[in-house]
Amino acid sequence: MNILVCISNVPDTTTKIRFTDNDTAFDTSGVQWIINPWDELALTRALELKEASGGSIDKITVINVGPQSTEPTIRKALAIGADDAVRIDAEATDGYSVASHLAAYLRDNAYDIILCGIDSSDYNGSLVGGMLAEFLDMPSVSSVSKLDIEGGEIKLNREIDGGSEVLATTTPFVAVVQKGIALEPRIPSMRGIMMARKKPLNVVPGAGEEALTDFVSYEMPPAKAACKMVDAENVKELVDLLHNEAKVI
Amino acid sequence: MSVLVYTENWDGKFKKLSFELVSYAKQIAAQSGTTVTALSIGNVDEAELKKLGNYGADKVLSASDERLNVLINKAYASVIAEAAEKENAQLIIFANNFTGKALAPRVSVKLKAGIASGVNAVPSSFDPFTVSKKVFTGKAFASVVIKTDKKILTLFQNSVDIMETGSEAAVEAFSPALNDADFATKVLDVNKVTGKVLLTDAEVVVSGGRGMKAGDNWAPLEELAGELGAALACSRPVSDEGWRPHSEHVGQTGKIIAPNLYFAFGISGAIQHLGGVSSSKCIVAVNTDKDAPIFEAADYGIVGDASKVLPELISGIKEMKNS
Repeated sequence: MNILVCISNVPDTTTKIRFTDNDTAFDTSGVQWIINPWDELALTRALELKEASGGSIDKITVINVGPQSTEPTIRKALAIGADDAVRIDAEATDGYSVASHLAAYLRDNAYDIILCGIDSSDYNGSLVGGMLAEFLDMPSVSSVSKLDIEGGEIKLNREIDGGSEVLATTTPFVAVVQKGIALEPRIPSMRGIMMARKKPLNVVPGAGEEALTDFVSYEMPPAKAACKMVDAENVKELVDLLHNEAKVI
Repeated sequence: MSVLVYTENWDGKFKKLSFELVSYAKQIAAQSGTTVTALSIGNVDEAELKKLGNYGADKVLSASDERLNVLINKAYASVIAEAAEKENAQLIIFANNFTGKALAPRVSVKLKAGIASGVNAVPSSFDPFTVSKKVFTGKAFASVVIKTDKKILTLFQNSVDIMETGSEAAVEAFSPALNDADFATKVLDVNKVTGKVLLTDAEVVVSGGRGMKAGDNWAPLEELAGELGAALACSRPVSDEGWRPHSEHVGQTGKIIAPNLYFAFGISGAIQHLGGVSSSKCIVAVNTDKDAPIFEAADYGIVGDASKVLPELISGIKEMKNS
């Protein structure tokens, strides 16, 4: 069995978000790039499954849609432990386009389990995983917080309002994963970093479709009014403000 | 030409979120001179379905084949796409919740309908069709143009007000073509907590952070939540330490919520936490550190010890309720 983990190249959480070109584009200058946190957890789970599989899972591949600038992030994924990587050489314009590029590649390169993070911390689309499954006419399960392979059977937990459900599905399928899928992201070891340089990173041309949407402009949220401070000795005033002024209680 | 709204049900009942979606669809339909059709999948009785008329649905389609009683993404996406085609829907609306995220992307590909997810308002323009959504986990807004004739929007919770129209909807049974191959995924078990206010539904949320000092100190937060009919939440370190369950963790890597009122007790206000709660209508922060970043995000604040403020707050609220 082979597992594919789709990874997104995103700005680090502490990045100060700025826009250029008259607020029509994200300003990438000085940005530290990382693997999208959900995708990192997905990769960690894939590696755990491989290690526990007694050889029945033999390859973990990471795939990214992006220009050459995403390669350092892809190498990080190889350093964490993926066996090989693919970069589809295309701009990640919107979720639909990205999913279509991935689907075009996967039609010729089959995987049994495809993992996608629930969303990416930059555009918060929550789109690619579900779209990819539809392009490939495969089952998908979303909000997956647990993935196990028990005696060749795929068992997943998906989160629902106020709880979770346990599901079974058949390969090939897409799991769109979230918190819980792995406890902590794996950190590359020194050995992992050395080996990453030698692992294959195949670059293929994009064979997908054009974007259906356009991010035309951006703006920062309006400045928030200053916090109204209430004296700790006079908590009743807070109750009064919440009831009469904010009208939230 | 119509707007199709996917109205999810929970054990046969709609929630405030369902009515928000219909009100939202109605606003858009009114502006573009079309009608609203609500689509319900699962076992929902006629009286409950008719309720959607009061929020703007002209028609309600109900697909109640028993194979559809549990959410199977592939099958549901097919049902929704078929309904959209039947109604000649140019716009399909979902909630930006677990189910919306599972289904909207699949329907987008099925219909080649451009999608903007997590939007927070009606479109600012219809030509070109432009909507606003949050990006970079709440740090900025983007204007997105959908270029296709068919479009999908997923709406962030608590973004629009519910509007009652006093109308009735015509309810129609809908029997979509179902393909056995779409049901390869099966639900084996369900684990649900009952009797608690759900974090995703709650209008008021009471949240605690590391400043509460220990999991044993949660009783006053529980009492405050009880007084206000609120759900409980916590910051990441609190759930990582095991003081509170992971389901209560709100933040960039936990749940993103948008209640009317969010209380943050002993929470410093790290960027990742704020990313999960910044859409709250009103934020109240209590922290011993006057420089805690939470005060920059809060609407009201008290510099003080949560353990001393909480009992006063609880008694103040009880008085308010009695007066």
